[in-house]
Amino acid sequence: MTVILDPTDERVPVTRSVTPRPAAITGRVALLDIAKPRGNVLLDRLADQLAERLPGVTVNRYAKPTFTKPAPDALRQDIKADNDFVIEALAD
Amino acid sequence: MTNTLPPFSLADMAGTSFAFPQAAGGKPALLCFVKEDCPTCNLVMPLLQALHESGDVAVLAPGQTADGNRTLVERHGLTLPLLDDSILKVSFAYDVETVPLLLLADADGVETARLTGFDRAEWQAFFERHAPNAIVDWQALPKWRPGCGSLTQDPVIAERLRAESENSPLRARKIEIAPADDVHEFLFDQGFTDGLPVVPPTAERVLRMLSGTRRDSQEIVAKIAPNYAPATVEKIAINAVLAGCRPEHLPVVIAGVEAIANKRFNIHGVNATTMGASPVLVVNGPIRERIGMNMGLGVLGQGSRANAAIGRAVRLAVRNIGGAKPGGTERSTLGNPMKYTMCFPEWEERSPWDALHVERGFKAEDSVVTAFAMSSGPALCVDQTSRTARQLAGSLALSLEAAHHVRAHNASDALLVVSPEHVDTLKRDGFTKDDIRDHVQHVTARPLSELAADDDVGGGLPRERLEAMPAERRERLMPKFAAKENIHIVVAGAEAGKFSGVFHGWAGGEIGSVPVSVKIET
Repeated sequence: MTVILDPTDERVPVTRSVTPRPAAITGRVALLDIAKPRGNVLLDRLADQLAERLPGVTVNRYAKPTFTKPAPDALRQDIKADNDFVIEALAD
Repeated sequence: MTNTLPPFSLADMAGTSFAFPQAAGGKPALLCFVKEDCPTCNLVMPLLQALHESGDVAVLAPGQTADGNRTLVERHGLTLPLLDDSILKVSFAYDVETVPLLLLADADGVETARLTGFDRAEWQAFFERHAPNAIVDWQALPKWRPGCGSLTQDPVIAERLRAESENSPLRARKIEIAPADDVHEFLFDQGFTDGLPVVPPTAERVLRMLSGTRRDSQEIVAKIAPNYAPATVEKIAINAVLAGCRPEHLPVVIAGVEAIANKRFNIHGVNATTMGASPVLVVNGPIRERIGMNMGLGVLGQGSRANAAIGRAVRLAVRNIGGAKPGGTERSTLGNPMKYTMCFPEWEERSPWDALHVERGFKAEDSVVTAFAMSSGPALCVDQTSRTARQLAGSLALSLEAAHHVRAHNASDALLVVSPEHVDTLKRDGFTKDDIRDHVQHVTARPLSELAADDDVGGGLPRERLEAMPAERRERLMPKFAAKENIHIVVAGAEAGKFSGVFHGWAGGEIGSVPVSVKIET
């Protein structure tokens, strides 16, 4: 990990940039199961809810091989290429 | 396994020193780390006082804030030695995580018991065993209270406090960049750069940068508008790393920051103006050679690390420490490339005249940086045909007249960079800098009637103002510059080429920016 010293007057907290929140969910939504127990159950319910409330949205399902390691590059690239949103079920 | 507690010496509020373990005088020593804003610490203060009065143990209580210690003494009527550990040196040495932390040590300083927070049963048992003479009404106390985080654990200030306790020269906030983040993208996203990549300011690099100065890292060099944030030597060094400086450049950067932050330079106005002014830094004196600045070929362009990085470091300090960013308080209509960097040395040895810093009252052997606020430049004056100094100075005059608008006279500062071949022409006829200035004023002196707006050109003196003047006043001559002293002249550039450079100023004097020179520490 790289650690740097803050070049500013330190008045503003360091923040990671977050993509602006879209006004509406449209297009394609990825549901990512990180392979934690019952994460798939949560995502199943979420998929049902999305289908019911937002019938125009396409839901794509993905799963990481293991929650202990970062997602493989190929998986990340697939998700990025084929989706507009990602919902990740993070913990058990 | 025995745990020998670190020895220390701390003073109480009266300034009396207490050394552990010696101060215990052969009795078991009872150390208790406390801080004033912790309710549990306040709960146990009367208990510590009771222990002190019992005489069974020697109580030493390091308190984590100086003001808090005073409050605790007043609030609880304490006579026990409440010690000043406001720099947290001992708290860090003991790795205190929670207060109150109570430690009992034998006469050799070996830990024999430890309590954290307040558990009535534990404390009561402790008292019965180690301080039977202490008088406490246990039933009046709650059964359990958690401790509070030690000040050494405060995520906002812990790093800075640790650095202070260890006498580190680095006090700036540390920012961790996650392994999955691209360092350069992160630095850009945080707004730390001028748009070009920067060198990540790691602690190692900043420490190396600080080796370029003898000044204390926490010395405040200046306060930079618009935030008027203190620019410490350390913060300037961090920005010097970002900009790509070497340690030997740092003294010039520090002097440059001091110059632009001078009230008379008015960096806030320089940044904020829609005209788009920017500091132009001229370096004089022996340091030019020592740090490898380029005064010759391409002096105002790219290629010299010292020239480029020093100017950029000052700009980044203004951006990062001062907080001036385009779209915020920096509101230039067009901007100009000098806003990335503009710093160059005068080629004093190639000049027949006094160097800029000598003209401005410094000794020739001083190293000095002079900051000018310039709105554009360098504009080229091409004159390959003048054979006399008078002719050439006349050409330079017309180039200078173009500043802002040909018809905008009574102007403030301009900076003229005379190239060696032009210097030779001026020198041959014995022209001094003042001769050049006088001739510029002479050649550019025009009647006000010629400087007024007309149907073909709308700039210059407003027509109605001209028409309101008596006829003889309309024909009064007005030179380009309000005073000839506004024409600043330096020598630099390659041996070949009959071209000189002109920087156009901004608003001058007390309503704008006044050039400021600062001696460089060497």
